[in-house]
Order: sequence, then C-alpha cells, then structure tokens
Amino acid sequence: MKKLVTALLLLCAYAMADGPVTVAIHNAKIVPVSGPVINKGTVVIHKGLITDVGESVQVPADAWVIEGEGLTVYPGLIDALSTVGMPGAAPAAAATGGRGGGRGQTTTLAAPTVTATAAPATRSMGPEDRPQTTSWTIAADEISPTDRRIETVRSGGITTTVTFPTRGIFGGQGSAIDLMAAEKSGEMVVASPMGQYIALGGGRGGGGGGGFPSSLMGVIAYIRQVYLDAEHYKLVKDAYAKDPRGMERPEYDRALEGILASPRILLPANRLVEVDRMLRFAAELKQPTILYGGREAYRDGAADLFKKYNTPVLISLRWPTLPAGADPDNEPNMRTLEDIDKAPSVPSVLKKAGVKFALYSDGIDAARDLQRAVKKAIDAGLSREDAIRAMTLSPAEIYGIDNRLGSIEKGKIGNLVVTRGDIFDDRTRVEMIFVDGKQYKPADTTPTGGRGMVTDDPGGNR
Amino acid sequence: MKKLILAALVALAPLGAQTTVIQNATVMTVAKGTFKGSVVIKDGKIAEVGEKVMVPQGATIIDATNQYLIPGIIDCHSHIAGDGGINEGSVSVSSMVDIKDIINPEDISIYRALAGGVTTANILHGSANSIGGKTIVLKMRWGKDAQSLIFEGAMPGIKFALGENPKRAGNPQGGRGAAGQTVQARYPATRMGVEDTIREAFNEAKIYKAGWDEYQAKVARGEHPIPPRKDLKLEALKEVLEGKRYVHAHCYRADEILMLMRVADDYGFKIRTLQHVLEGYKVAKEIAAHGAGASTFSDWWDYKMEAVDAIPFNASLMTKKGVVVSLNSDDAELMRHLNSEAGKAMKYGGMSETEALAMVTLNPAKQLGIDNRVGSIEVGKDADLVIYDKFPLSDFAKVQKVLIDGHKYFDRDEEVSSRPAKAAEKQKLLDKEKQATPQRQGTPTGRGGRIG
Repeated sequence: MKKLVTALLLLCAYAMADGPVTVAIHNAKIVPVSGPVINKGTVVIHKGLITDVGESVQVPADAWVIEGEGLTVYPGLIDALSTVGMPGAAPAAAATGGRGGGRGQTTTLAAPTVTATAAPATRSMGPEDRPQTTSWTIAADEISPTDRRIETVRSGGITTTVTFPTRGIFGGQGSAIDLMAAEKSGEMVVASPMGQYIALGGGRGGGGGGGFPSSLMGVIAYIRQVYLDAEHYKLVKDAYAKDPRGMERPEYDRALEGILASPRILLPANRLVEVDRMLRFAAELKQPTILYGGREAYRDGAADLFKKYNTPVLISLRWPTLPAGADPDNEPNMRTLEDIDKAPSVPSVLKKAGVKFALYSDGIDAARDLQRAVKKAIDAGLSREDAIRAMTLSPAEIYGIDNRLGSIEKGKIGNLVVTRGDIFDDRTRVEMIFVDGKQYKPADTTPTGGRGMVTDDPGGNR
Repeated sequence: MKKLILAALVALAPLGAQTTVIQNATVMTVAKGTFKGSVVIKDGKIAEVGEKVMVPQGATIIDATNQYLIPGIIDCHSHIAGDGGINEGSVSVSSMVDIKDIINPEDISIYRALAGGVTTANILHGSANSIGGKTIVLKMRWGKDAQSLIFEGAMPGIKFALGENPKRAGNPQGGRGAAGQTVQARYPATRMGVEDTIREAFNEAKIYKAGWDEYQAKVARGEHPIPPRKDLKLEALKEVLEGKRYVHAHCYRADEILMLMRVADDYGFKIRTLQHVLEGYKVAKEIAAHGAGASTFSDWWDYKMEAVDAIPFNASLMTKKGVVVSLNSDDAELMRHLNSEAGKAMKYGGMSETEALAMVTLNPAKQLGIDNRVGSIEVGKDADLVIYDKFPLSDFAKVQKVLIDGHKYFDRDEEVSSRPAKAAEKQKLLDKEKQATPQRQGTPTGRGGRIG
C-alpha cells in the first residue's frame, strides 16, 4: 500500500509527462451515470479511452493499477458554458472583456473592437454594419493551452468545458475542449462548433459613440435581421453556385457565414418574462436553441414553457445574492428575495417537470466554490444522482456529444474524476483527475478570483 | 352517480360565473348618456345595459350603489411595460425595432395603471428618432404573459417624432439617445434635417416596396424569382405606405405639424395621431382636414422651448374644429389619474361631462381604431369597466374595481386587505435572507450574481 502511494506521488510529480498507456482503477466505487452505481469495480483506460468498466473486469497485464479502495470514480465534469481557454487579455480586441464581463463593468465598456476591418471608432449605423458581431470566431481556433484557469477548474473535477467566445451580441461559436496540459490547442478540441453564443446585454450601444443597437429591442431587431439576412444569403449563394452565368455575384459576408455554420444558438434568459420571450424568439428564428441563465425557472409556468418548446436550459450556478455592501435601508423587492430563496431549487423543479437541463459554473472557478454551489441545489431538492448527471451526461446530450463524453462507458473518452467521498460534499477531496486518460493531481487551490460572471444577464436592473 | 352529478355541477359552476351584473350604478356610457342602472356581462362582453335588466341565474352580482361606472380608460401615449429601454436612439430611423419584442407583463406600472382605471394603453417607442420604433396596444391584463397583454386585432403603429428630441439626439454634445460624453453627431441636428430624414426614409421605402411588388407580380405570373432581401427597417415603412400601420407622431409646433402632414400627403399615407401637439389649436382646421387625431396633455407644458406656446384650451379648441381629441399621460404617474385630467377639459373650454370623459375613453379608442371593441359602455363591446366611488371626473374619486373582458383585475378592498399578508411574507424572506448571510459585507460570491 505504501509503495502504491509513493508511486502515486511520483506519478503526480510527473503529472504532465506521458503517463502509462493503460491505467486501471481497481476496487473503487464507480458512478457511471449512464447506469447503476458499481459499489466495487474497475475502470480501465487505454490510450485515452475507456476500454472496460464493471464489477469483474480483467485488469490488463501492462496496466498501471491504482488501488481504488475508498475512492469514488465519476465521469469528468463538463462545464456546459465557459470561457476557460479563451485568451482573456489579448491586445486590443479582447481587452475590454465586453459584455462577457457582466454587469457592473459596463461603465468601462470602451468601444468594443468588433471587426478587424472596421475602424475602431466607427459608429454602427444599423444592422448592415454588423455591430458587435464575431459570429465567425470559433473557440477552437482561439484556445490558449496556457490559460491558467485550465488547471484551476480542472482541480475542481471539470475535465471538459464548452468554451465560447462571449464578446458582443454574436460572440462566436463554442467548442468542447478537454482540459489537458497540451502543447497545441488542437489536441484539446473534442468537438466543434457547438453553437453560436448570443448575448442581449440590455443594449449598451454598438460600436463607438453609442451606435446601433443601444436598447434591448434594438438588439433583438438586429438578431432578427441577421437571421433574415442569413436565410436570404444562403438562397442567393446556392442559386449562384448552381448557375453563376448572368447572375450578379453575391457579396461574401463572414458574419453570415458564421451564422450558417452554427448548429444551434444559445440565448440568455433569467427572468420568467425572458424565458417566455426567448423561447418565442428562438421559435421565430427557427434555430435549435439552448437557453442559459434560468434564475427564475422555479416559477409557475417556466417548466411548462421549456417543455412546450422542447428546449433545454443551462442553469447558472452563480445563485443570486444581495449585492455586497447594499444599503440596509434600501429594502430589496419581493421578487429579488424570492429569487434568492428559490433559485437554487430550479434544478430540482425542472427535474421533476422533465425538462432537459445542465448546470454551468458561470465563472465560478475555485473547486470549493463550485462544490458549494452545487450543494445548494442538492439542499434545495436535487438528488445527488441528478446533480452529477447535470454536470456530465446531460450537458453532453444537450450538445450531442454524449457518444464520446458524459459517462463511464466502454469506448468513451477517458475523462474521470476520482474523489474521496461524495463529489459535492463539503469535505470531499478531489484525489485525481483523468483527461484523455492522462492523470492530473488537483492544484493547490488558490482562488484566482475568476473573471466574474461569464454570461449575459439580460434585462439588467429591475 | 350522485358524485357524478355533483362533479357535473361543479364543472358547470364556472360557466355560470362568467356572467356578471353590476347593479345600481350611475352608468356613464359615454356613447349613450348617463343613467342609474345595471350592466350585464356575458363571456367578457357587455350583454345588456339599462335601467332595468334581466339578472341571469347564477350571475355574480356587483352592487355599485352610490358608485359610478365608466368604460375603461384608454391612454393613447404610454411607455410602461417595456424592458431594456424604449428609445433606440442610436439611429435617426429605428423602424426595425418593436415594442412588441420587449413587453414586460410584470412591470408594476401596469397594476398601478389599473388602480387608476386604465384598461388599455398605446405603448410607444420614445421620441429620440425622426422615425422611431414600432408600437403596440396593450390591455392591462395584470398577471398574464406578454402575448396575452396584446390587444388582439388592434392595428400596430409606429412612432414618429419632430422637433427638439430627434434633433437633439443629433447634437454633438449628446442629448437623448447619446451614451455620455461627446459622441459622433447623428444626423439630423435641425428641424429641416428631421423633415429630410423622413422624406429620405420614405424614398427608400418606395423603392423597397417596388422591389417586392415586382417580385410578387413575377410570382403571380408563375415565375420563380429569388425574393428581395427583407429589410426590417423598410418593411415597417412599407406597411405605413400600405395603410397597415398607424403613424403616431410626437410634435409640438404648428409649423412642423403642417410640415409632417404635407410630407404624408406627398407620399400618400396618413398621420393617425399627432401626439402632444401643444400648438394644435393653431392649426386645428388643417389637422381635421388631414383626418389626424390629436392626443394632448390637459395642462402640462413649458418644460422646453418648443412646449412654451401652449394653452389649456388646446383640447377643447381642437374638438370644436372637428378633431378627435384624447388626453394622454406619457408618464406612469400621470397615467393613474387621467380621469381628473379629463375633468380639466370641462373647466377649460366648457366641454360637457360626456365630451370630457370621451377624451380618455371613446376618443382614444377611435384614434387607435379599436372603438368597435372598447371606449364606451354599449352592448357587444368588451366588458372593460371601471367603478369609482365618486363622480369620476373629480380629483376625489377613487377606483374601486376594474374589469377587463369581464374579469376583475383590480379590487381596492382586496388590495388593501391583502397588504398585511404580503408584508408578512416579505418579512419572512427578509429574515431568512439575513439568517443565511449574517454579514452581507464582503461575501465571497462577489458582484457577479447580484440582482436587485
């Protein structure tokens, strides 16, 4: 036993080195998520893939064996909406953080440099200027393997993020990435593109000097126009491809190319009013849709709406709180208090109603904070099984990548998180993490502070 | 079997409850005089009106002895119930945006408007643009979702604005629609520019319309052309040209009122209502000739240069020249006492009770093209009704009950008596919150997730 520990430590020291080709975790409790819990079993990973799992599994002779007594093995967690891996402070364009920085940052929102071609100070005068649009951007092309947050969030058990460029209205297309220590970002990409990230931002001016759109209705009108344009663009392009003779050549529009390349869209909705509004809007746009936010989905009627439109929702784990240092005389309104009280019950409410949902960290990077946030949902009625599912198989299903991720099944990618104790308990330690079959030890968690809420909070102040 | 009958009876009960009779009220019908009597409501519509009516069996009775019954108040100019701003002030022509997209059925102003007797409101885009966004008529169905607030079948509108607001937005120093600091100037910056902006937009819209007309003609001939690009900005103006969308124009000065009507004549469309129209009394004859309605304030002016030359007789003078005149609020607070605003028309210009009340009921209904449905107490119209404790044009009158489509949406007694329970519920949550976070200061959750 002692030897084993030493071996383990040794291995950890190499953490990023090419580990053994075959690993077997033996005699551990296994939570495959796709099937019943195995109280004592073995998982075998070979060349980055899960090759075997079960109670009585032949451990290959060449396997490096980890004694799993007292350990629990889960599928690696998937953060269904993240910015991890996106360069945070690239010069010019990305510096402001834009809308992605969340509310409160808006005062510093200097003219977001929207396109490379447009002069930075150009004031958007309408939809034709494609304000705050980088729809063609694909996260996979931008991933920085040296992003320090990769290690931070992996230490909390997250092995995969669906990472999006989140600046502007049409931020760009997300990619599912495995949080490994890679030299080239290409190794990290599991699937791409995953969908188009759309933010409404409450409407805060496009381009320099408060250009279009500057209101919520302006943003909505802009998005509507873009989808009308995309439809028309495709029509004309197809016709031209069929027979260009005698036909005016259609102008190439990278914004619309990005729209057409996106398999689905993500729209923000926290309040019930927004859920209703965005579900109708998505139906009008005729795009497969995922909503994100979900703060008020505990309210009567919300679950029915999701079911009616057959639309999944990503629920932010950043539960509402009263602002720190709020004026005690400024009494919050009833709805705010209700939200604080009930928002953590959203997952259990949606589960009971049969709505497809996943949880996302919303910029909560530190392992402890993430655990605490999920625990709040469990305390509010979500079962532990459903909690783990909401961060593994459910997000994989929502993005259509459940054939490779989200559960411990033969043939799937070797992403595992190994804990001592239930993963979402306060005192549980993440012992090790496997990404693509490679083992990692959780880093000493010095909270990075994160970058604040990553997603859009439409509607803003009420 | 007995159980079954009982079940059947229970099932039938709500059907009976759909009939309501308001009895012993002073009924101010607006259309057909004032009398003491009753109103019968069936399935959301007014079924019978008279001094003596047949009370159907199982009907809900509302006794309004010593009280007054009027048609629901209609506000022809309001900006409530919208999310995320009502001005798309970034561009001079913002006809691509639509209030319909941002309806917020949970805006408390809706409930407060109900408490002031308002049952229908014309929700307008702001006035930062020569041609503003699309507008929508809502019923104040508090508690329903956004779509259920929309006044079914009411013609949608569009906001125009003349004078200081649209030209100020073009001022390099900022102004309405500017996002702080000095911004790049937005055309126009003068009244001439406002006219030019409107004309240019309609020139564009005419070309756009021709493109679509040509396309449709080709389709009708059996050809398969590629349709033109749909442009939301011009689509709304095309609808104006086709008479499918009302124009509600914010204006003050007589000269610009005349200007706009000339522009409309040139392009072959109508101005449905002139909003504010404080100098309307100077050009009332011309307004009447154009067929535009006028929606003005009772006695609110002098808040800017172009609103100086106003008089409280504006409403009555325009009425006497044959203009359909309404009094509006443009404000969530003023909206709650439009009844007394109407009363002022009696003092200034000697309007009759009925004429005055019509200015906040039947006349705005006519202006919005919904007078076949609402605006007066007549058989067949929607049961949008307000009960006041006193003469409704008085400052002392308080709304007791408000019905829309025969359903009660406001009840003063219920509101007042429910307050202690609501307060207790809130206190419970406050205590719970306090317990959960003993010291609010410096909680690690940071600023991200806060709301409020």
